[in-house]
Amino acid sequence: MGYYMTFKKTLLATLIGASLTLPMAALAQDVTGDGKDVNLRVAYDADPVSLDIHEQLSGGILQLSHLVFDPLVRWTQDFTFEPRLATDWKQIDDTTMRLHLRQGVTFHSGNPFTAKDVVWTVNRLKRSPDFKAIFEPIESVDAVDDYTVDIHTKRPYPLLLNLSTYIFPMDSEFYSGTTENGKDKGEIVKNGNSFASRHESGTGPYRVTARQQGVKVEFERFDDYWDKDSPGNVDHIVMTPISENATRVAALLSGDVDFIAPVPPNDLERVRADKNVKLVTMSGTRIITLQMNQKRVDAFKDARVRKAIAYAVNQEAIADRLMKGFATPAAQLSPKGYSGHNPDLKPRYDLEKAKQLMKEAGYEDGFSITMMAPNNRYVNDAQIAQAVAAMLARINIKVDLKTLPKAQYWGEFDDRAADIMMIGWHADTEDSANFYQYLTECPNPDTGAGQYNSGNYCNPELDKLVEKANLETDRDKRAKMLQAVEKGLYDDAAFIPLHWQDLAWAAKNKVQIEPVLNVMNFPYLGDVVVEQN
Amino acid sequence: MIAFLIKRLFHALLVMFVISVVSFAIQDNLGDPIQQMVGQSVPESERAELREELGLNDPFLVQYLRFAENALHFDFGYSYFYNEPTTDVIMRHLPATLELVFATTLLIILLSVPIGVYSAIRPRSWLSRLFMGVSIVGISIPVFLTAIVLIQIFAIGIHVSLFPADTAWGAWLNGLLSTSGGMPAYGRGDVTHVFGTWDTNFASLNGLTYLVLPAISLASIMLPLFIRLIRAEMMEVLQSEYIKFAKAKGISMRRIYFLHALKNTMLPVITVGGVQIGTLVAYTILTETVFQWPGVGLMFLDAIQRSDIPLIVTYLMVVGLIFVITNTVVDLIYGLVNPTVKLTGKPA
Repeated sequence: MGYYMTFKKTLLATLIGASLTLPMAALAQDVTGDGKDVNLRVAYDADPVSLDIHEQLSGGILQLSHLVFDPLVRWTQDFTFEPRLATDWKQIDDTTMRLHLRQGVTFHSGNPFTAKDVVWTVNRLKRSPDFKAIFEPIESVDAVDDYTVDIHTKRPYPLLLNLSTYIFPMDSEFYSGTTENGKDKGEIVKNGNSFASRHESGTGPYRVTARQQGVKVEFERFDDYWDKDSPGNVDHIVMTPISENATRVAALLSGDVDFIAPVPPNDLERVRADKNVKLVTMSGTRIITLQMNQKRVDAFKDARVRKAIAYAVNQEAIADRLMKGFATPAAQLSPKGYSGHNPDLKPRYDLEKAKQLMKEAGYEDGFSITMMAPNNRYVNDAQIAQAVAAMLARINIKVDLKTLPKAQYWGEFDDRAADIMMIGWHADTEDSANFYQYLTECPNPDTGAGQYNSGNYCNPELDKLVEKANLETDRDKRAKMLQAVEKGLYDDAAFIPLHWQDLAWAAKNKVQIEPVLNVMNFPYLGDVVVEQN
Repeated sequence: MIAFLIKRLFHALLVMFVISVVSFAIQDNLGDPIQQMVGQSVPESERAELREELGLNDPFLVQYLRFAENALHFDFGYSYFYNEPTTDVIMRHLPATLELVFATTLLIILLSVPIGVYSAIRPRSWLSRLFMGVSIVGISIPVFLTAIVLIQIFAIGIHVSLFPADTAWGAWLNGLLSTSGGMPAYGRGDVTHVFGTWDTNFASLNGLTYLVLPAISLASIMLPLFIRLIRAEMMEVLQSEYIKFAKAKGISMRRIYFLHALKNTMLPVITVGGVQIGTLVAYTILTETVFQWPGVGLMFLDAIQRSDIPLIVTYLMVVGLIFVITNTVVDLIYGLVNPTVKLTGKPA
């Protein structure tokens, strides 16, 4: 009995203690904001899977790369190249480009940055399972002297600068040798504990000071950062993954974090209405499409049926009403700014024409098909699929729709398990040819062409044109060819383009995020300025 | 006693065996872990190689036996995402969840006993009716909604301008109903390291403020249940012969309520309560997701989204084990409180 009573008293004391702490919480939080150091608390929807920037080719890893490392060149907001570790470059013959490297750059370990680090990094990229496919065109890299490298390609290759945005030189000395248990420090391990996945030495504006997977990553400004002209004034960055959309927005609105991405479309108005924070949106480069499987459905072999579907789908209605303006309606794969973007191609919603085409093809009474879409991969993906199913019903195509979580969806996609399947694509090279290679070329398991072409659409003429464009180093000529490919795909109604997903970020008013954002969604946080008052 | 514990140990092993078989059997439906590991443009040949390396192509039985053999050596495999042994990952996330459950349990005990007893003694008072009404609402609102409403009110703050602000009473009402927010909306804040993987929120004021909102929303599911349970049990006990006899004997009502009646009321509450506290560990999945509380619930949901099968299987087994342990502890406590119960089930 006595024991029970003391237990109760302890509980009471704890409760009183807890209630006393509440008013003091505000005090405790002020202390962190008023010091001399400038802090930036960032919440993304996921944290990078590893510190090894060659382990996975994903948005999260590339965002990390721009913080901890520096690329040879990087994209500007208007799709041009900005010199970073490479100061200038020149094509010296059809297959060789010479780059001059920045001098006086140090890695976080203290080692100086030289040409051998670039050679080492490119060789490592060519071994990485995720990067080797896009680095295939590179034959070899030679160090001419300490600050000059020659990149040799297997054939004339127009996208070498695009690729250079993926070359973030790593500290070759730091990553060479073996660990205590005899493992090579430079090895790339997908599923295991490698040296590179836990340690970093880059040239970037920030060093990683602490990292707890799934909880937070802490960064500190690198004292010897080479770019003294960078306006960035943030000393510490704490990056927390908040996967739940509502919580991420709440964390910003309540002042717990300073910068969030992405902002979910349902909360755009709420964020815009708040006086303490600002919202930045941009038309993105990820295209959302539907593919019509010609192997499964005979009717889809008839271009008239495919066109009928293209005329029946109202992209503008989806972008306006369903996406609430948070998308740019598309009639092709290449977004504005890409060399293949063909300004003549416009969404072509016309229900009468669609019905007429169905009649011409002999399918006036329609037919039944199946459709699959993910329900947590793209913004509003399941609702978009439902809307399209309703639109197709008007031309008498009955759709049996199934939506699945992304973890299950991609297995079904690989099996080509439905007649119409949804896929979104972002070109890793920021170039139109990447779309065609994966989405519209004739599927060929040996070369990997058309790996995500679940429609089995195949037009050898267009493939030849893409091949030719990929050897054309004259930018204007190449753009003409790629635009012709877009036109060909449009005329054939090879697939149904829906829209490019918009991007959205939000931050407190004092964080000047606008200059560091871009459609690639790699915020250059090294240059971000937080106003002090 | 020893025999009872040994029996329970076998229960635990059986439960974990069944869970492991079931979770292994459904793993094909959990999605393709390779898809989560590689970028979209990685060719099929690379994927096939990785799949072979991870042993995902082996038949079900081979995969299961390999897992079972390692599990007998307490090796439950490596998480695909964390690249660490799954047991390490769970041990790192478990303290956060246990602290949340502990804080919630404290809240429940401290609130449900007085409220339940009061509303049993004075069932017709307006305060009792209010408690019952609120508890009905509490039980029917899903926990994530409670959590989001709490965040809006106490973390972000709400500005009420419903009433005319130029009148004194309107301004006063507006001020009364508006909140300034300021409570933390996510995460654990500054934690204090205790030992091993255990960081605690209980050691600092800052840590405790982070605990308040998640604990309240987690408690919101169980609290009404406990209040109703205690109230019903107490009312029943108050009808029994021995209470009537005590009243007739002239013992003070205070003593009757809090000594004689409360003791018997608590017996079934301990049984039900213990089991329910065990299920709280499972309920943390939703609460932790909304508050981004870095415990096993959030970890499990992320693991499902990443098809991190070894982590999913280990988590389910650990939760199964927690259930068996809480049940065993509940039975032991029940035996202490009510000595007429023999644990081994043999006649006394």
